[in-house]
Amino acid sequence: MLRLLQIEFIKLWNNKSSKILIISYFVLLCCIALISVIKFPLGEGVHLADIGIFNFPYIWHFNTYVAAIFKLFLAIVIVSMMANEYSNKTLKQNLIDGLSKKEFILSKFLTVVTFSLVSTIFVFGVSMVLGLVYSDYNEVSIIFSELGFLFAFFIKLVGFFSFCLFLGIFVKRSAFALGFLILWLIFEQLFFGFLGWKITGWDVANKIKDFFPLESMSNLIKEPGTRLDAVKALGNQVGAEFSSDYYVHWYEILIVLGWTAIFIYGSYALLKKRDL
Amino acid sequence: MSTILTVSNLTKKFGYLTAVKDLSFTIEKGNVYGILGPNGSGKSTTLGIVLNVVNRTSGEFAWFDGNISTHQALKKVGAIIERPNFYPYMTAIQNLKLVCKIKEVPENKIEEKLELVGLLDRKNSKFSTYSLGMKQRLAIASALLNDPEILILDEPTNGLDPQGIHQIREIIKKVASTGTTILLASHLLDEVEKVCTHVVILRKGQKLYSGRVDDMMASYGFFELKSSNTDMLLTFLKNNHSFSKVTQENGLITAFLSEEMNSEVLNRSLMDKGIVLSHLVKRKESLEEQFLALTKNEAN
Repeated sequence: MLRLLQIEFIKLWNNKSSKILIISYFVLLCCIALISVIKFPLGEGVHLADIGIFNFPYIWHFNTYVAAIFKLFLAIVIVSMMANEYSNKTLKQNLIDGLSKKEFILSKFLTVVTFSLVSTIFVFGVSMVLGLVYSDYNEVSIIFSELGFLFAFFIKLVGFFSFCLFLGIFVKRSAFALGFLILWLIFEQLFFGFLGWKITGWDVANKIKDFFPLESMSNLIKEPGTRLDAVKALGNQVGAEFSSDYYVHWYEILIVLGWTAIFIYGSYALLKKRDL
Repeated sequence: MSTILTVSNLTKKFGYLTAVKDLSFTIEKGNVYGILGPNGSGKSTTLGIVLNVVNRTSGEFAWFDGNISTHQALKKVGAIIERPNFYPYMTAIQNLKLVCKIKEVPENKIEEKLELVGLLDRKNSKFSTYSLGMKQRLAIASALLNDPEILILDEPTNGLDPQGIHQIREIIKKVASTGTTILLASHLLDEVEKVCTHVVILRKGQKLYSGRVDDMMASYGFFELKSSNTDMLLTFLKNNHSFSKVTQENGLITAFLSEEMNSEVLNRSLMDKGIVLSHLVKRKESLEEQFLALTKNEAN
């Protein structure tokens, strides 16, 4: 297993553009901390940190949600690490040198899991520091509550990157694979709209939508904005009611894990079937 | 003698096209094999199948004693197919380190192999800066990293300039002299003739011949003769049962043997008849002539 990771590491780390993207991704993750200095020009200025976004346990929700936006950087790396193997024909050479197709996919998947794990640890670290500095509540039991968001963040990244991996193998060209990713995002929404409008009605369509790959991933961590006391108070004033359920549900995790399995197995099946 | 590769009844179809048809042969340790055949005869496809990159339609192949999986077996094989494939953004050393990791062999052979192919002074240059000849040589170095039981080369001199071709051939000869089994696929007959002891000849995916190069045709060779007394010479040859066929072209007479005879015997008997030769050469058909004869026979 370590050997497979080392193989992938050599390939990635010697590639200048991959290296830059990976580094910028992790730097950006750290930059979540910069949100704390954002000041709204209300009256004498309100620090974003002062309206409670860094309170435990809310910070776990908020930071994982924001950090997930940056995953696109790694998506580029992952799609190209897969597609480049095709365009350089190194995939063929790897197999001839004695890597099995299973090992090849496994090495990519392990890399994806490693990326996700390191990202999760990063977000945990950054959030912990920010929370300890700004949070109004510092009891240990509160700090370590709602860690489910971190787990969901990890699963979400693994799922999303597995999708990228699959697209890389399926399309074989990194630019087209990324295009396909965006196309798929639009397609999910169009399909949802069509279902709701013509076929099943909106209630059923909303339920089906939760099973779409990208939708299920974004469902894992729901938008945290309306959970803020400040926003709630504002909402109450204008008469809007936010009664969403913010927490991570086991079945949502299961759906994403299901897609992950499908994408990884699909990549393997595709590779096995193809003549190189 | 131990068997390295056994191929039995291998067939590969690409849609309607049958690229390899019911092919069987074995590769024994210590020999230098050539797979010969015109372009599109299924050489690369066959190699692709045994190297785990092309899926077979039917048939079997087994590496070594057949008890290990193909990808494990490939760690004991060195192979280059078609074009050298490496990561363009990595240096020669980095690329070879990666290969070592894949093959699970220590990295201490890298310098030695780079030396062998004459790339040691360019070891820290990126692969993308290499010329085609250098790329091909790096591929050979990479294939040799594990001191393989068998080295497989598919058209190793394709697209190279004469100097590059010469360099590759020298390396192949060097490797062959160490006792490594070699399998060389090529459509260049003189290339195969120069280095191979055994051949497998393919045409349209079918095997025409496999065995020793010398035994390819049951032939005793032929004489090329010239004499001022051409008519007498011709009469003599035609009445001699040792010759199956006699042809004449531009004053040069070619007499094909139907049994073994050395040139000394022929010369003496001609002298006895008073026929004096100005030219006497005994030759065997070149691989090219044999190959063309073989592929032509089968066409009819």
